[in-house]
Amino acid sequence: MSDIVTVDWYLILAAALFAIGVAGVLIRRNALVMFMSIELMLNSVNLTFVAVSKELGLIEGQVAALFVMVVAAAEVTVGLAIIVAIFRLRASANVDELAELKG
Amino acid sequence: MTDWLWLLVALPLLGALVNLFFGRRLGEPASGWLALIVVVASFLIGAAASVGFFTGDELPETVYLFEWIPILGVDAAILWDPLSALLTLIVTGVGSLIHLFSIGYMHGDERFPRYFSFLNLFIASMLILVLAANYAVMFVGWELVGLSSYLLISFWFTKPAAAAAGKKAFIVNRIGDWGFLIALMIIFATFGTFDFETIFAEAPLMFGVGSGTITAITLLLFVGAAGKSAQIPLYVWLPDAMEGPTPVSALIHAATMVTAGVFMIARSAVLYELAPASGVVVAVVGTATALLAAVIAVAQTDIKRVLAYSTISQLGYMVLAVGAGAYSAGMFHLTTHAIFKALLFLGAGSVIHALAGEQNMFKMGGLRKPMPITWITMAAGWLAIVGIVPFAGFWSKDEILFAVFNRGDGWLILWLLGLVVALLTAFYMTRLFVLTFVGKPRWDDGVEPHESPPSMTIPLIVLAVLALGLGAWNTPFRLSFEHFLEPSFEGVPHPEGASTSEFVIFAGLVLVIAIIGLAAAWWRYTRDPLPAEDGSFWRNALAGFHVDDFYGRTIVAPGKAIATWSSEVFDRKVIDGVAEGTARGIRDAGSGTSALQTGQVRWYAAGMAIAGILVIVFFLFIGGAF
Repeated sequence: MSDIVTVDWYLILAAALFAIGVAGVLIRRNALVMFMSIELMLNSVNLTFVAVSKELGLIEGQVAALFVMVVAAAEVTVGLAIIVAIFRLRASANVDELAELKG
Repeated sequence: MTDWLWLLVALPLLGALVNLFFGRRLGEPASGWLALIVVVASFLIGAAASVGFFTGDELPETVYLFEWIPILGVDAAILWDPLSALLTLIVTGVGSLIHLFSIGYMHGDERFPRYFSFLNLFIASMLILVLAANYAVMFVGWELVGLSSYLLISFWFTKPAAAAAGKKAFIVNRIGDWGFLIALMIIFATFGTFDFETIFAEAPLMFGVGSGTITAITLLLFVGAAGKSAQIPLYVWLPDAMEGPTPVSALIHAATMVTAGVFMIARSAVLYELAPASGVVVAVVGTATALLAAVIAVAQTDIKRVLAYSTISQLGYMVLAVGAGAYSAGMFHLTTHAIFKALLFLGAGSVIHALAGEQNMFKMGGLRKPMPITWITMAAGWLAIVGIVPFAGFWSKDEILFAVFNRGDGWLILWLLGLVVALLTAFYMTRLFVLTFVGKPRWDDGVEPHESPPSMTIPLIVLAVLALGLGAWNTPFRLSFEHFLEPSFEGVPHPEGASTSEFVIFAGLVLVIAIIGLAAAWWRYTRDPLPAEDGSFWRNALAGFHVDDFYGRTIVAPGKAIATWSSEVFDRKVIDGVAEGTARGIRDAGSGTSALQTGQVRWYAAGMAIAGILVIVFFLFIGGAF
């Protein structure tokens, strides 16, 4: 059975997850959902790393995946703190209302 | 003893620093005494170290101090030979007397400690110049004396004339320094070192007489010397430098700094011997300067300006001497001139001090009675410069003229002109002396001339004794000065000595000429009323033949025009235009692209996504990386 599931499958799945993540960031207005979409993209990349690592028999991909996880965890901490702060200030998490940086 | 030589420079430098930082706390007169003590200490060290040269037991020596510019192989080192010892003694000896004089002269000045700080700085700089064992260190001293001269000329900088005079001296000297600097570059390119000993040993081996390289070096060195020693065409700064305090004029602009050019040529004697053409140029310029300055001096009315032009004229003599290859004669005149010209300047300072700042000789007269010490000592200086036997100036001037005559041929013209200068010198110095001390008092009402305090008269007395006796150091009958300097001019051909009878004829001739000039001036200026000097000669000579105006029109005015154009047109339009244009372009680009900055996070995300897709497309279809 394992012979049937080649690395391509993983890559296709990762691409699909990535596309969903991109679409989520572009389409949704809720900051929390956009945030989750970003996590989805990160994890699709992780999947790619691990799959290719297994395919090529190299350890580097797995190491990179672990790094991404650590960075993602840190990013979640900061990102969620910002979103909570914004929500307290505005009682809303709609990113379209946050355009103070308009040039 | 030579281990202690670094103290020569270090002590005055220390004095300058202490007076600079703590002078106000020391106050007057303590800061003046401190400055005096360090210079006297330098003098004593110098005297103790040069005893060996007088007895003939000691040989020249190079004292290594420290590595200065390793990449060029330049060390800070002292060349201790009779020539540098002589200059050291002049600088610190005359310097000590002038420090003492200044304590009285500068009494009550607001910036009394600052003055002594500058004066000590000058002594230290001048000692660096004369003690240097290579051209690089000499150049440092050369520039430092220029700086101290600038600081002291414009010491009373609130007076616009003094500030302008300081600037003029500095800028004109820079022109000379340019020549010196180029000469140094050629020297380094040729010999690969600045060291005197090496250069003077190698030059005669590497080049024959009349070589182009050596001629270029010596001519450029002379440009530097002409700036420092006030020779045509760079002499114009010296008369204006009289705006400084009178003791400064005596020390820097008569006795020591202005002789640096002559000293430098004497130091480079080996090179000048290899370039006879340069020697001729030097001698001709020296003679022309001596003559022009003497003619101008005849018509001056300001006592200090007479002395200033007289200094230029005497420097011309020295330059003529070194140009003719009579180095010891030139150095001897340098020595005696340092004494008697310092004496004359200090005497003039004493007179100006007594008359509450009056410098016009036509408002003096009859000062013999109220100022007996100044009168007698000035008389010694006057007879010395006029060249009356047995005063110092007689022996030294005579030696120069004799050496020039001995060269024969075309040099006879220079010799004749030198005699004319001697005549004019006797005339204008007698004019100065008679107008100041003899005749009826002409000073303004309410002025009460008085003799100066002892701190001012003691230096006058010491200098007067020297002006009377120093000539005995080198009479044709006893050439001890020449023997003293011999170790410094090794390898330089010696002018042959004259027989006594020859000498007596020449000395007699010079003496007769001096007496003629003296008598003519005495007869002319003891008359009553004084001759009105308002003919066209007198007016033009008083204005220095309008050389300053000429330089103003031909050099200063175009220079200012270029400067104005650069600042008003080039800087405003081109430089500012480039800067402002760049700024405006960036600002416009910024405000244009700021429209893209919507503040909408999802737009940014879209931008990133599109860019990512474009990158992928690029690599897939165009880049061909896969």
